[in-house]
Amino acid sequence: MDTPQVDRIAADPNYQLLKSRRSRFGWTLSIIMLIVYYGYVLFIAFGKELLAMPIGSSVITWGIPAGFGVIVFTILITGFYVQRANREFDELTEKVKREALK
Amino acid sequence: MKSLNSVVGLTGLTSLAMFAALPAIAQEHIGPTEQQATNWTAIGMFAAFVAATLFITKWASSRTKSAADFYTAGGGITGFQNGLAIAGDYMSAASFLGISAQVMTSGYDGLIYSIGFLVGWPIVTFLIAERLRNLGKFTFADVAAFRFAQTPVRLFAASGTLVVVAFYLIAQMVGAGQLIKLLFGLEYWMAVIIVGALMMVYVLFGGMAATTWVQIIKACMLLAGASFMAFMVMLHYGFSPEALFQDAVSVKTKLAEAGGATPEAAAKTGLAVMGPGTFIKDPISAISFGMALMFGTAGLPHILMRFFTVPSAKEARKSVMWATGWIGYFYLLTFIIGFGAITFVLTNPEFTDGKGGLVGGTNMAAVHLANAVGGNIFLGFISAVAFATILAVVAGLTLSGASAVSHDLFATVIKKGKADSKSELRVSRVTTICLGIVAVLLGIVFEKQNIAFMVSLAFAVAASANFPVLIMSILWKDCTTRGAVIGGFLGLISSVGLTVVSPSVWEATLGNPAGSAPFPYTSPALFSMTLAFAGIWLFSITDRGQRAKIDRAGFPAQQVRSETGIGASEASGH
Repeated sequence: MDTPQVDRIAADPNYQLLKSRRSRFGWTLSIIMLIVYYGYVLFIAFGKELLAMPIGSSVITWGIPAGFGVIVFTILITGFYVQRANREFDELTEKVKREALK
Repeated sequence: MKSLNSVVGLTGLTSLAMFAALPAIAQEHIGPTEQQATNWTAIGMFAAFVAATLFITKWASSRTKSAADFYTAGGGITGFQNGLAIAGDYMSAASFLGISAQVMTSGYDGLIYSIGFLVGWPIVTFLIAERLRNLGKFTFADVAAFRFAQTPVRLFAASGTLVVVAFYLIAQMVGAGQLIKLLFGLEYWMAVIIVGALMMVYVLFGGMAATTWVQIIKACMLLAGASFMAFMVMLHYGFSPEALFQDAVSVKTKLAEAGGATPEAAAKTGLAVMGPGTFIKDPISAISFGMALMFGTAGLPHILMRFFTVPSAKEARKSVMWATGWIGYFYLLTFIIGFGAITFVLTNPEFTDGKGGLVGGTNMAAVHLANAVGGNIFLGFISAVAFATILAVVAGLTLSGASAVSHDLFATVIKKGKADSKSELRVSRVTTICLGIVAVLLGIVFEKQNIAFMVSLAFAVAASANFPVLIMSILWKDCTTRGAVIGGFLGLISSVGLTVVSPSVWEATLGNPAGSAPFPYTSPALFSMTLAFAGIWLFSITDRGQRAKIDRAGFPAQQVRSETGIGASEASGH
């Protein structure tokens, strides 16, 4: 790519929209994931007893749904990103590409 | 070999002589002696797998003509296929055997460990996968060095790659040696040599196409096998998790009582498998270890390389989605398998060595469980799958190490980008042979290490060296060559150095007295990652050199390409 083409694409409103939306969405989800995971880890470090506490009279502890929950959440949040990206971000990328090739 | 000969009946001359001398012991072990028949099933199934993969390798070799074919299978892999291959790379023998063994030994702690391995994937998806595909061609160094001075950044990236690959390879080779020792009754070193030799054949002749397809086949076999095991365990308990966990707690309680604990202490030990135990000792270790696993995923060179085998950013994104789903599902299975091992394996004298350990070592938990729930044929299947897993992962690692040497060091640093595809290909093949030999030697040297732990070392280095440089070069406009290289090496050196002086190496491996390790935490990542980022930042913003101007001026063009894929390398068209 030569400099004029880069400048032209960089000035494209669709490109700026794509960049800012994807960046904001990606970072927001990353931070949510960090909070969920480190929340879980800190819970283990400081609240061991709570996670080792049985649910009712069962031998199953609160730690089991918490741990399985983190796994399921990880898959779901990835799916959430991919779904929006497939729809919205790909569409914007196509627009930018069409504009650039004009 | 010692412990094995005394327990499992073997066909080797040594064991025959031993059994002849000790008829009483031989009689006691008629059960295990019958395992020999199953061993032949395992060997047969493994031979079938090897035959099939060699056939694929032959097919792939006819398509591996250029460097692009060798490194990335010509970019013609779909998102779904690549997702399975990534999951295959990730569901290594260390994950399958190591984590299920850890669940069997310490229960809930094994789950904490496996969760750490999973949570890095969303970060890869959100911040790295698409941009990586848009910017890179063959190796992650293509991305890290996109707008920087090639020589220093490539030197760094190749060092980071080779260190990570070495640690990861050690874990895989040790697993291979242990497994084949149990299966075939071969000497450990012979087992390691077999893996090294087969892996070299895949990579040398079939390149990335063979490596990917071997990985996909193995991933399907592993997922099917693990699903079946978890299903059989749950079937036994009428699909009631409560019943499974209840039984596991009572088994652990009885074992503790047999070990001489008071009934109260034994009951406590039994219940301990249901909650967090000693795995996370202090918050700093916990956070540090979590960072190593989470960000290490985004810095593993053999995983990053897979993003270049798909044709577009969209396919790259899809592949992480599939990979995350498969890996998450797999970790749920290993948890059930680990608990199944408590109730089926630890209670069966056929599988235990009478001293609280398992025949063939703790890492054989899943293999013994296969025998318990599916009989000899299924034991054969799972053993073959576990061996195939090691082979496939080792092949991927070697390919990634070889491309760091041939593409980053030879073609870019030495030949300044003027190497032709043919000579680059030749260098990668020579490197593959060298790496194969080194892997065999390292496997022999590190025989007694816990394999799951060795992988976490690789993650710490990947998180502290490769990841910071990669993400800062993609996202931070003021990052310069000087900052990336100095910061990257700081992360690399500090993560390796701190690991050496941490208890697991200083005390456990080097034999220093307990408590003498200068670095008290489990993982160095919290400190070494911070150091790497701080180094990149400080040595970039203070950089006023001529090169720094070029580095910063290159950012807009890099960003346009990373965001849109305009100008990105296309599939080479097969």
